[in-house]
Amino acid sequence: MPVDTLITSENDTDIELDFAGDEDFQENHERQKHKGKRRNGDRPKNKRENQRRKRSSKSVQGIREESQSTTERRERRRRQRGKAEHETSGHQGNKGERDQTRVKTTKSKKNLKNEKTRKLEGKEDGEAQERSEKGKLKPVCAKNEEKIESGDQLKEKEKALGVKKKKKRKKVVETSSEPETSEESEDEEEVNNDGEVRPELLSPEELEKLKEAVDEKKKLIQSLRGKPWPMKQKLVTLRESQLFVEKYEGALGKGKGRKLYAYKVMMTKKWKKFQRDFENFKTACIPWEMKIKEIESHFGSSVASYFIFLRWMYGINMILFGLTFGLVMVPEALMGRPYGSIPRKTVPRAEEAGAMDFAVLWDFGGYAQYSVLFYGYYNNQRAIGWFKFRMPLSYFLVGVGTVAYSYMVVIRTMARNANESGVGDDNSFNFSWKMFTSWDYLIGNPETADNKFASITTSFKEAILEEQESRKDDNIHLTRFLRVLANFLVLCCLAGSGYLIYFVVRRSQKFALDGLENHTWWERNEVNMVMSLLGMFCPMLFDVISALENYHPRVALQWQLGRIFALFLGNLYTFIIALMDAINLKRKEEKVVKYNITMWEASLYNGTGSENSTAPPVTIHPADVPRGPCWETMVGQEFVRLIISDTMTTYITLLIGDFLRAVLVRFLNHCWCWDLEAGFPSYSEFDVSGNVLGLIFNQGMIWMGAFYAPCLPALNLLRLHVSMYLQCWAVMCCNVPQERVFKASGSNNFYMAMLLVILFLSTLPAIYTIVTIPPSFDCGPFSGKNRMFDVIQETLESDFPAWFSKVFSYASNPGLVLPFILLMVLAIYYLQSTSKSYREANVELKNKLQMQNEENKKKNKQAALKAQMDLEEARKSACQTAELQRNNNASVQRREDDEEIYNKNQRMYHVRNPSPSVGDREPHFPVRGPAPRNCHNGNHGNPRYLPGFHQQSEPRMYRVPSLERH
Amino acid sequence: MGNKQTIFTDEQLDAYQDCTFFTRKEILRLHSRYHELAPHLVPMDYTNEPDCKLPLALIVDMPELKENPFRNRIVESFSEDGMGNLSFNEFVDMFSVLSEMAPRELKAIYAFKIYDYNVDNYLCKEDLEKTLNKLTKEELTPEEVELVCEKAIEEADLDGDNKLSYADFENMITRAPDFLSTFHIRI
Repeated sequence: MPVDTLITSENDTDIELDFAGDEDFQENHERQKHKGKRRNGDRPKNKRENQRRKRSSKSVQGIREESQSTTERRERRRRQRGKAEHETSGHQGNKGERDQTRVKTTKSKKNLKNEKTRKLEGKEDGEAQERSEKGKLKPVCAKNEEKIESGDQLKEKEKALGVKKKKKRKKVVETSSEPETSEESEDEEEVNNDGEVRPELLSPEELEKLKEAVDEKKKLIQSLRGKPWPMKQKLVTLRESQLFVEKYEGALGKGKGRKLYAYKVMMTKKWKKFQRDFENFKTACIPWEMKIKEIESHFGSSVASYFIFLRWMYGINMILFGLTFGLVMVPEALMGRPYGSIPRKTVPRAEEAGAMDFAVLWDFGGYAQYSVLFYGYYNNQRAIGWFKFRMPLSYFLVGVGTVAYSYMVVIRTMARNANESGVGDDNSFNFSWKMFTSWDYLIGNPETADNKFASITTSFKEAILEEQESRKDDNIHLTRFLRVLANFLVLCCLAGSGYLIYFVVRRSQKFALDGLENHTWWERNEVNMVMSLLGMFCPMLFDVISALENYHPRVALQWQLGRIFALFLGNLYTFIIALMDAINLKRKEEKVVKYNITMWEASLYNGTGSENSTAPPVTIHPADVPRGPCWETMVGQEFVRLIISDTMTTYITLLIGDFLRAVLVRFLNHCWCWDLEAGFPSYSEFDVSGNVLGLIFNQGMIWMGAFYAPCLPALNLLRLHVSMYLQCWAVMCCNVPQERVFKASGSNNFYMAMLLVILFLSTLPAIYTIVTIPPSFDCGPFSGKNRMFDVIQETLESDFPAWFSKVFSYASNPGLVLPFILLMVLAIYYLQSTSKSYREANVELKNKLQMQNEENKKKNKQAALKAQMDLEEARKSACQTAELQRNNNASVQRREDDEEIYNKNQRMYHVRNPSPSVGDREPHFPVRGPAPRNCHNGNHGNPRYLPGFHQQSEPRMYRVPSLERH
Repeated sequence: MGNKQTIFTDEQLDAYQDCTFFTRKEILRLHSRYHELAPHLVPMDYTNEPDCKLPLALIVDMPELKENPFRNRIVESFSEDGMGNLSFNEFVDMFSVLSEMAPRELKAIYAFKIYDYNVDNYLCKEDLEKTLNKLTKEELTPEEVELVCEKAIEEADLDGDNKLSYADFENMITRAPDFLSTFHIRI
């Protein structure tokens, strides 16, 4: 029977823990875990209890008799406890369970309490049994019994706690962690027991409370997936909460409002279901999930991050393609004038012969040039088709819209990435991060895993080396010289490649003036080929040069990326500058042509007019009409060709560099004089950064050229689609995992930032041409206008009411625009300065934290020193009392194994004290959780003198052993 | 789903979706993976929630976990009994926590459990040593291991008790740039 009291005393530590009111998350977590453990034990017990309730009390006692001998005394005690409980539960009513009182109105108080008592007993029975099975309890029992019989008021307390405990149990069964929610679920149970609660009978306050409870439950359901509970518990909680919500949701609201409320509830339910279905549908639509997963498991997250980036890019291009295809190409093809109706839509007579040749089509000349694929084909008719589609306006808005959309998406993604990556810029947790986050859980391939192990080991060794020796460079001058030399060489490379491209572009223009027919294939494709070759070989050169510099690999990678970026950018801009020259040439040509045409027309009319004035003017076939050079189409063609050749070189290098190499290495290995697989050629690695850069620049060209060649997004979509499959295949079949595995996440936003820069740089020339250069006079949707954006003006004037254009003209007045810009600048300035101050505050807080940290450590060290001294003193005094206390030793042993770990953790305080003295603090035992533990910790010395006692009374300190108890 | 054999009722699927970060399809896929592990033990029909558990050895053999140096700890810390026997519920739970969608806080809790080898709710030096040895395949010398563990504790220990409590661990891990990207398993 004293077992009961022992158990209560044990449990009251729990209660103390729970009522400690500590907000620390860790404790919450531990508590939950703790409860989880207990719960597992509790559930079967509950079942048992129910069965037992049905059985006669005799059989219950029968079980008890196994462990106990004095049944009568227990009986009496139990009765006493029941009485005490009657009293205490009254107090509890207003303290613990405000909500409960409301339900009690309909319920007989007595019944409830009887039930409680019975439950309590049943539970204790169960525990008693369990405990006694362990067989460790006997000596403690005997002692406790005596003690408890001596202290009456103590018993009272215990019983109160017993009641508490029981409630706790119940809560635990209902699987909630926070006291509030558990109260509610308890509340719920009571209500359920009650059978029916008429909502009409409830007062407004009660309704309010019920509503709160329902909301709480809903919130619980929402946040359930983020709770660190075992699934079983989550499922049970979910079911209960759903039942509760279902049951009482309808009860809320009264009279008129009730129906509306029910309707609202129903609608939200339907809406939720729809949302979930939609979510399911959305994830089902994400393509290549399994493919990427497979790669991820083979190569780790860095290679997979490239493919995820590729997929993301594919998504963006899908939208761009949808816009241009749906709003520009299809309307023109379906509703615009058909091919051959007007000169701009017809292949000129001179080119007609070879317009269908494959070589010409491959160059996007001939029929391809005079189709919806290019700017020049579009007519300047204001509205086309039966529903008056505003073609030129649509063309212009789509051009602007694609760029705007891209900006939005890129910036949004960047912001999200920045949020996710947290504030991991400081280096204060170097070792711990290495220890806890360096393993990539995605890796599922032995080879990759081996590489990862090796790279982790080297990274640790590097870190240790760095830690051990304070940076001292043996020959700083040499290193400096080499670095300067390397940069000089790289600059030379960049300048050389820039000049080469410029030279080639100028030469190609000369060729173009001569006419392409009398040149070789190489001369015709010189520009693209040179650009692609430069893009292929220069990075290798940079790689060689960077060996001079002797940087840390991560720094070296960044330099390498920066250089390749500069190279690509330089090439692209040289290309654009050369293109500008070409545009200017074309415009000069255009002027001449324009003059000639007026002459030609005049002569035409004069000729016909003189012959026969009544006859209708001769119809000239559109193919014969002379026309201007149309620089926009030329620009579009250049970009398309560039993309095509770029794609081709990518694929061919993939096939030769990766596939062929792998095949050769694999099959020639049998008959070669050295090991090809391990030695020189070996298999290639997947170059993540190079591929990402390639993708980014490709996208930049799309953004630049899409205005003049609406087919570009479509082409790009095709390219990305093919390269997804091709590269997936190539990676899986002929690449080996990287030897140095770099982290992907840190560079994620780095790539995004590059994409943003490229986006900005590629929209600059496009916008420049749109704003400054007048469109060609005889081709494209804006022909005949002074500037391309005049189409907006035109629409405003003719399609909108007069007042609107007036308002618009006022709004675009510099007097309004300038203040607006000023305001924006001010806002940016304000935001920037606030963010700066936030950052400063952040740094300050961090410093404070560190200082506190150090102080703490110092304090602890002092405390440890003091503890040592105190303990020695204590040992002396303990030696004298040792004999007296030795007889109590037995009671301690039971806990010893539980305490072992704790002791280990706490050894700082007592490990240096070997004296076998005994903690004789038993009177504290049932009252306070931590106290007995302290005695046992200090069972080598007199616990009264135990230093660090205060620290141990902190919740975090004493919780550990309570977790360890079974 | 559809004309196939029903594995879960719709309510069950909804409940799983409420409790995890998975969609319907993924839950069904998880079940098929679980089923594949031991076709003769795991029933296809889960509508009446059969009670069946798979031992650690079978689960650890999954390709997703096979190369992971902490595989035993992962499975153990998600099992109810601490021995690594997983029921389907716990199996789903495990991959839900390790999925991409799970929040950092949740992951941190379980990461702490995983690295806590002796389950004393503290990461003490022995835990760190074990972790480090698993990570490097015991290629570091004992002195190096000692140094690294000391350094790690020194960096992350805020309350100065020479071991990492959950608060210390969380403080450290929430700032780690790589934690979210590496602490997940796609299934």
